[in-house]
Amino acid sequence: MKYLARRLAYAVLLLGTISIFSFALLQWAPGNFFDSMRLDPHVSAQTVNAMRARYGANGPFVVCYAGWIRSLVKGDMGYSFAYGTAAGPLLWTRARNTLVLTASGTLLAWLLALPLGIWSAANKGTWGEKICGAATSSLMTIPDLLLSLILLLLAVRTGWFPTGGMISSGAANASFWSEIADIVRHLILPVAALTVSILPMLVRHIRSAMIDALESPFIRAARGHGIPRRRLLFVYALRAASNPLITLFGFSIAGMLSASLIVEVVLSWPGLGPLMVQSILARDVYVVIGIVMLSSVFLVAGNLVADVLLFVTDPRIRVE
Amino acid sequence: MNEQNGSILMRVSNLSKEYVQRHPLTRSKVTVHALRRVNLAIRQGATLAVVGESGSGKSTLVRCLALIERTTSGEIWWGDVNLTALAKQGLFNMRRRVQMVFQDPTSALNPGMRADEIIEEPLAIQGIGTNRERRRRALELMEEVRLPAKWAGKLPMELSGGQRQRLAIARALALGPELLIFDEALSNLDLANQETILRLLKELQSAHRLTYIHVAHDLRMVEDLADEVAVMDEGEIVEHKTAQEIFMHPEHSYTQELLAASLSLKAIVEERRVAEFA
Repeated sequence: MKYLARRLAYAVLLLGTISIFSFALLQWAPGNFFDSMRLDPHVSAQTVNAMRARYGANGPFVVCYAGWIRSLVKGDMGYSFAYGTAAGPLLWTRARNTLVLTASGTLLAWLLALPLGIWSAANKGTWGEKICGAATSSLMTIPDLLLSLILLLLAVRTGWFPTGGMISSGAANASFWSEIADIVRHLILPVAALTVSILPMLVRHIRSAMIDALESPFIRAARGHGIPRRRLLFVYALRAASNPLITLFGFSIAGMLSASLIVEVVLSWPGLGPLMVQSILARDVYVVIGIVMLSSVFLVAGNLVADVLLFVTDPRIRVE
Repeated sequence: MNEQNGSILMRVSNLSKEYVQRHPLTRSKVTVHALRRVNLAIRQGATLAVVGESGSGKSTLVRCLALIERTTSGEIWWGDVNLTALAKQGLFNMRRRVQMVFQDPTSALNPGMRADEIIEEPLAIQGIGTNRERRRRALELMEEVRLPAKWAGKLPMELSGGQRQRLAIARALALGPELLIFDEALSNLDLANQETILRLLKELQSAHRLTYIHVAHDLRMVEDLADEVAVMDEGEIVEHKTAQEIFMHPEHSYTQELLAASLSLKAIVEERRVAEFA
C-alpha cells in the first residue's frame, strides 16, 4: 500500500508539473484564438475585447491557470472557443472513441505478438523464424501514414469496409447488436492500421526478452529436470521474461492516444486525433491543453499499471 | 585409464558435438568442433575432475552428460542403456539420475521463487509426491546442506553467494540422483566458502553414495577433491588418469603446461603471502 501511495503521489505531482508547463507554453506562444478573430472584418475590436474579458484571457498567468484548475475540478476543462462549449464534454466523447479504437488495437496487437514472439524465440535460427523476422522488419519500415493510406485505398477499391466514421447514419436507430456490429465494421480498418503499426515492435521485444530468458541457467536447470517444452516456454520462460514485457505493456498503454493520431486523421475516426489537429490550427488553447493532459494521464496511468503489475508479479520488488 | 577399480556408472563412446556458426561479416558457415570423439568411463562413487582451458569443451561435455544438450554423434551409456537413443519418456525418467549444479548460483536459481519452491521445483516437474511431501523433502534438504529451514521463504537475492550455491546443491539432490555434475560450481565463491562446500560435498557423497564430475580451472582445488582427472584440449580428452598420477607423472605436453601454469601461480600466491607476512 505504501508503495502504491508513493507511486500515486509521484503521478499527481508529475501531472501537476505537466499542466503548468503546457499551460505556460500555450499561454506565452505568440498568437491566440482572439488574434485570429481580429483578422475577421465582420468582428469588431470591442467584441473581441469583450470575449477576452469574458473568458479571462486578459489576466496574468496565475489567474488564468487558477481559473483553468477550477474549471477542471468542475469537469469543464476550460472553454472551446471554436465550438463555443465547455472543452470537457467535447473531449470526453472524442476520448471515448479513441479509447475504443486504441484499446482494441493494442489488445489485438498483444494477442498476436505474444505467441509470435514466443514462437520466434523458441525457433531461433530456423527458416520460419527468419521469414517472421524479415516480415516484422519490413512492417517496421512502413510509416503509419502510408499504411493508413494503403488501407484506405483498399477500402475504397473493394468496398468491403466503411471508409470513415464510427457508425453508419441509419445504424443509430437499429437494435443494440446491429449498432455494435456496425461499430465493429467501422473499427476493422483503423484497428488493422494500429495493430500493424505496433505489432512488429512488440514481436521483436517479446522475442528478445524470451531469448534472454531461455538462455538463463535456471531455465537450463529446469530443462535438466525434464520440464515439458510447452510449460517451459509459457510458464517458466515467459514469467522470467515478464518484467521487460510488463514495462513495455505500460508504455503501450501510455502511447495509446498518441499512436492513433495519424490513423484517426487519415481514416476519419471521430477521436481525439482530428480534434487535436483542428484545435491546434484554430488555436483553441483549452482543447489542446485538455488533449495534452489526457495524453499525460495515459502516460502516468500506463506507468502506474506497469509498476503495480511488477509489484504483484515480481517478489523481488516486494522484498526491496 | 584403468577401469578395474569400481564399477562403471557411465561410459561415453566417441562422443562428438558440433555447432554451426555464421561468420559475422561474410555469413559463411563455420563448423565448431566442441567435442571430438570423446571416450570416457566414469566410475561409480568416484570424483572425476575435468580440467582444461576455456573453450576446451569441458562445459559442453558435461552438458551433454547431463542430457541438457544434444550430441552430434557418439553414445552415452548408463549401464546397458544408451542415453543418446532414448525416447522422450525414457529421457524424462533418466533425468532423475543425473543432475547438474551450475557455475553462477545467482543466475542458476529462479529469482522469483522462494528457497523451498526452488527445491520443490524438480520434484513437481517429475510429478513426485504430494505438495506436503515435497515441502517436507525441501525442508529436509535445506537442513542437509546446512541452510536453516526458517529460510525456506527467502528469495535467492536474500542469500549470500555460498548460501545460494548450497540451495542449488539441495535442488540438485532433490531427485535423488546418482551422478552430480558441477560446472565450475565453486569458482565464484571465496576460499572460505569453497572449503566449507567442499567439505559438505564430501559428506553428501559418502551419505548418498554419489558420483561427482567437477569441471574446474583451479588445479590446486582438483588435487584436493578428485580421484581421477581428465584433461581436455580442443574438444578432446588428452589424458585421463588418477589424480595422483596426473600430478606426479603428467605425460601429455598440454597437461604439463597446465600444471606448470598452476604451479607458477601457486608460487606467486605463496610469494605474495610471504611478502605480506614480512
